[in-house]
Amino acid sequence: MNLIVLAIVALGAIGLISAVLLYFTSRKFAVQEDERIGQVSAVLPQANCGGCGYPGCSGFAGACVKAADKGSLEGLLCPVGGQPVMEQVADILGMAVEASAPKVAVVRCNGTCENRPRLVEFSGAHSCKVVQMTGMGETGCAYGCLGCGDCVAACQFDAIHMNPETGLPEVDEEKCTACGACSKACPRQIIEIRLKGPKGRRVVVLCNNRDKGAIANKACKASCIGCGKCVKTCEKFEAITLENNLAYIDATKCKMCLKCVEVCPKNAIHAINFPPRKPKVESAESQNNQSAPSAQATQETPQTPKEQQA
Amino acid sequence: MKTFKIGGVHPQENKLSAASPIREAALPKQAVFSMFQHIGAPAKPVVKKGDVVKVGTLLGEAGGFVSAPVYSSVSGKVNKVDAVIDASGTRRMAVVVDVEGDEWEESIDRSTELVTLADRPELDGKTIVEKIKNAGIVGMGGATFPTHVKLCPPPGKVAECVIVNAVECEPYLTADHRLMLEHADEVLMGLQLVMKAVGVTKGYIGIENNKPDAISLMKERAAKYPEIEVVPLKVKYPQGGEKQLIDAVIGRQVPAPPALPIDTGAIVQNVGTCFAVYQAVMKNKPLIDRIITVTGKSLAQPSNLLARLGTPFQQLVDECGGLPEDTGKVIGGGPMMGKALLNLDVPMTKGSSGLLIMKEDEARRSEPEPCIRCAKCVSACPMGLEPYFLSKLSAQADWETAENEDIVSCIECGSCQFTCPSHRPLLDYIRLGKSTVMGIIRSRAAK
Repeated sequence: MNLIVLAIVALGAIGLISAVLLYFTSRKFAVQEDERIGQVSAVLPQANCGGCGYPGCSGFAGACVKAADKGSLEGLLCPVGGQPVMEQVADILGMAVEASAPKVAVVRCNGTCENRPRLVEFSGAHSCKVVQMTGMGETGCAYGCLGCGDCVAACQFDAIHMNPETGLPEVDEEKCTACGACSKACPRQIIEIRLKGPKGRRVVVLCNNRDKGAIANKACKASCIGCGKCVKTCEKFEAITLENNLAYIDATKCKMCLKCVEVCPKNAIHAINFPPRKPKVESAESQNNQSAPSAQATQETPQTPKEQQA
Repeated sequence: MKTFKIGGVHPQENKLSAASPIREAALPKQAVFSMFQHIGAPAKPVVKKGDVVKVGTLLGEAGGFVSAPVYSSVSGKVNKVDAVIDASGTRRMAVVVDVEGDEWEESIDRSTELVTLADRPELDGKTIVEKIKNAGIVGMGGATFPTHVKLCPPPGKVAECVIVNAVECEPYLTADHRLMLEHADEVLMGLQLVMKAVGVTKGYIGIENNKPDAISLMKERAAKYPEIEVVPLKVKYPQGGEKQLIDAVIGRQVPAPPALPIDTGAIVQNVGTCFAVYQAVMKNKPLIDRIITVTGKSLAQPSNLLARLGTPFQQLVDECGGLPEDTGKVIGGGPMMGKALLNLDVPMTKGSSGLLIMKEDEARRSEPEPCIRCAKCVSACPMGLEPYFLSKLSAQADWETAENEDIVSCIECGSCQFTCPSHRPLLDYIRLGKSTVMGIIRSRAAK
């Protein structure tokens, strides 16, 4: 009986002393955390994807608070939450936020199985990075999609999937948050994080081939051969530049006139999410014109690619 | 019998062409000389379109200290200097020559007479290294590391012996074997030149005992040189690896990187390199041709060809009876470390030791299955690494742990993948990890 009492008293005393010790230690060594960090963290999506360039959401929250203390939230953007989340963050920190245009991942390769047949077969590890180390890959194009889906594995939002028919990854624009994980995973830097454009409409060169025209032409039916026709067509807006035999359309300058789409001899420039209405009218026209081709031949020829495009 | 201590495997030898004497391949119609035939800085082209070149004319000068010049192996006119796809599958700068006739530079001595060191007493170490450097000689075993760099040990390191790598542990390949049988004296003379160049008095020739004829011949010919010892070795892959060979022959282990094989006091040179050294120093002949084994189970005539560099592989295959119908894959090099070719139009280079034609049913890898933790790869790894773990780390992009696990020590011999009962692509991932980690180390050093 005495033993039990003794044990209770001893343990009680140890507990009491420890409690007192812990109380003073926690007072003495308390970490002062800016409570705004917690508040900002609470409104972030908690995807911890790293798309913002910081190690996870709490890292980004810390960066926001620091930036707010300096006076501006410029350059900080949570690509997953986008504008609404950034507005909430700005509210908490009492700052104004710049309007940022939504972005989306774009796979700049149209080397489908049909356009770019496989010449050899790689039977090793199923990873783009491994195939890239073999040099050319399975096709004749040293710049195009390798088709092993490293981007699909990298996506945390289930927004990119391989299309078995084309052998290319396809981006689900609804789900894509433009975090850039797929872009980083691609060993050939094919995926670009690009402005989504008004109503999701954009004009893009769907090719990444920097070889000279003759080589690029041989490698793929849909390759950019660097002929520069689009650059000439766009002289007025200067939205298209040609570098290393590859055309690039600057989304901020593009006026969506679609003239470049028409002139591209290889159909490498694509108008995405444009309503199909317009091409339908044109195809109807061209059908009418087929009965009298000579009269308007000059006008009609550039429109044919658009038809195929639609 | 001697061999290296850790790991190793014994693949089927399949030395189909061992009995076929070296024959000279016909001249190509067009020869392509890549400026990237060696490890290090690429050579810089010094000719332009329309230039007339002879056999032995300089096409590209060395692009740095760790680099090698490239010479024309044919006579004719330069067709173009442009980027061309080479055997590694990348587009790289090359000189393309349209062949006309067979005119040689006059400085080259084409006689077959043996020139010994006694005939050329004026040769000293420096002159020999200079001649090797100017001749564009690189490691002929396949690694293509510029030979003159190996012969100039970094300050503070002293060479004690030279080991000739006559192991030829890759299955199928017989080029070195035939070279020893047919040019034993030249090889021995080449070894003596290398020994003189680095100032050592001990030379070893390591030969695997699946080549008894070569061992007895080399022993007989080397009898008059007391400083040269022929060392028969037990057959085990990858005995031809530099570190494994040093371990097998003199019983010393090369420490982990950044230590070099020279830290053990040994300098290793391939038999083919010794032959090229002899030709360069004694005959003034730059590296313009080499012996290549063209082989395969369904090939009509597996052969050892003395072919000019720049000859397209297609022509070499045609000389051995043409590409068989059941071909599934063509490998540049041996089956263990060689690389599958994208097409046969690519030219042979200084490092092309073999061309292996595999049948359709041999060509494909088996479907990988889950790792069963049998640790066969661990016991096979000649570097004492854990391949299953390294490949997993690479697949998960955990470069930090991979570096700590010494992934850069991997010699990419493929023993792990060969021995894996689950057919896992271990080496594919380890290669990826090794190159990434090496890149990280380099960028850290640059800072």
